[in-house]
Amino acid sequence: MGYLGGFAITWRKFVKGFGGEDIVTNEYAAGTGKRDRKRDKPMRLHGRHVLNRYEDGMEKCIGCELCAGVCPAKCIYVRGADNDPADPVSPGERYGYIYEINYLRCIHCDLCVEACPTEAITESKLFEFSFTSREDAIYTKAELVVGDDGMPKKLPWEDWREGDDVFTSGWVRATAPQGDADYVGRVGWSGELGYGVRQPEQGQNAETPYHRPVASTGHDAHGGHGHGH
Amino acid sequence: MDPLYADGVDLAVVLITLLKVLVAFVFLLVATMFMVWFERKIIADMQHRIGPNRAGPWGILQTLADGTKLFFKEDLLPDKADRRVFRLAPVLAVVPAFLAFSIIPLGGNFTDGDGTVSIFGHRTFLQLADPPVGVLFFLAMSAIGVYGIMLAGWSSGSKYPLLGSVRASAQIVSYEAALGLSVAAVLLVTRTLSTNGIVAAQAGRFIVDWNLVVTGVVPAVIFLIAGTAELNRPPFDLVEAEQELVGGFNTEYSSIRFALFFLAEFMNTVTMSALIVTMFLGGPSGPVFGPEVLRSWFLPLFWFFLKLVLFLFAFVWFRGTLPRLRYDQLMDLGWKMLIPLALGWLLLLATIRVAQHEGWPVPIAMAIALVVLVGAFGLLNLSLRAARRNREHEAEVYV
Repeated sequence: MGYLGGFAITWRKFVKGFGGEDIVTNEYAAGTGKRDRKRDKPMRLHGRHVLNRYEDGMEKCIGCELCAGVCPAKCIYVRGADNDPADPVSPGERYGYIYEINYLRCIHCDLCVEACPTEAITESKLFEFSFTSREDAIYTKAELVVGDDGMPKKLPWEDWREGDDVFTSGWVRATAPQGDADYVGRVGWSGELGYGVRQPEQGQNAETPYHRPVASTGHDAHGGHGHGH
Repeated sequence: MDPLYADGVDLAVVLITLLKVLVAFVFLLVATMFMVWFERKIIADMQHRIGPNRAGPWGILQTLADGTKLFFKEDLLPDKADRRVFRLAPVLAVVPAFLAFSIIPLGGNFTDGDGTVSIFGHRTFLQLADPPVGVLFFLAMSAIGVYGIMLAGWSSGSKYPLLGSVRASAQIVSYEAALGLSVAAVLLVTRTLSTNGIVAAQAGRFIVDWNLVVTGVVPAVIFLIAGTAELNRPPFDLVEAEQELVGGFNTEYSSIRFALFFLAEFMNTVTMSALIVTMFLGGPSGPVFGPEVLRSWFLPLFWFFLKLVLFLFAFVWFRGTLPRLRYDQLMDLGWKMLIPLALGWLLLLATIRVAQHEGWPVPIAMAIALVVLVGAFGLLNLSLRAARRNREHEAEVYV
């Protein structure tokens, strides 16, 4: 390719781009643009946290503070309290009385999710939540606990899109026990409000020996737990 | 000479002149705004991006939004800056950019008319000023513009801006020579310095009588390359090489002062494109037909803008395609390629002119000139090679 070959390339790209083809940039404008759309997000993206509940509506959090202890950014503040036996918040002895995450500090490392013994805290795929005050930056139980439909609460400044809020349960834990041969084919996570007990990822069933999903079809093609529906 | 001033100056003439000043001013500003948007949009298309699309339809008001934002930004003045010069530099960059545009003929029917239009019963050219030294005026203004850049870097009291402005002055002085020699080719052919006269000289047949063809393409190409360098546009944007010099000569500038530099740069781009159109592509001349309004107003303006946009696109295309030259490559291209080529071509054209004038056989004169020029090029190459050998030898000795 000589000196002029480069001009031919940019000309071809220009013609294509002018016709609206081949454009790799997604037009993301917080829901205002005509062609507004975001890139698809990976299954296990670390986004804004949710506090999950069991299928009967009980909160999973037991106020053990392991998440606060493991948090490298020290952004989680938890205080546990004893359950009132007559009207328990969680099925155990204690529950998370105060639960706060400061998103000015959170680095979305997901260590709290790993630490949680009850899969109470997990992360959704939402990361587009730019708040405008420090008060808004601190999420309390009122914002974090999932609603009665099992879906995260959607705050006014958060830009939720389809698929951001689903499959935020313990299923996405990286250290879920199915890597252990003893647990192959067994569901290793608790049921969840709005979802019930989710089936294991295909390829980890007892019927089919474990294998990595084929690269060409990707993660999404397997087992119907892809995002976006 | 503009027929507007032929019968003395009265109030109407003054008002028409003021109107022309206003129109030229507004036109240049709007064209500059358009150019900024145009460049961003075209570059985006070439790079698989979308480009500005939020402000107005297709983002066409993006420049306005940027300008408004810059207006309200804090105007910083560095501690070590030379205050007065620091404040003067942006003005020195912008004012010549405005003035240079005043000599461009924007319209008027040159094809079968005298290039004048009628405004309120007065015949006048569609150009703000037609000084007898038009092209020299442009060269002078673009040379003064260098002071803006040079003083900006100098007065910032910071090393990167200084490096940028030193590069700027070296580069612009180097390429001014090639630019001037290619302009000389045009002047040789048209026998006038007035831009209006240059356009009128090209007004005959479509394309064939344009200076692009008459001077044999080479001066136009040299002018385009040297003009790009003169504008400090990519691939000659060493002056503000972001990757090397933070931001170049305007690093320490903010707010409206920065905006002025930005504005001046794009105004110069518009002016340079307009000048190429004037010098080599016959300005507003082109096929005209139909009634008087179409003949002397609409079509010439249309042809002019079409050619203008063509060159604006070419400048953007350069930017989208070519990587920035290294400093020594820049100097090599300017001094060892463009200047000898422009000089040789000028001599060739002059030979043809003289031969025609004296009644010598043109082919023989051309052949002799070519032999001389090839010989000269050979000598130049030999000397360049000798110089390189000496340099390498010195490098070995002093390592």
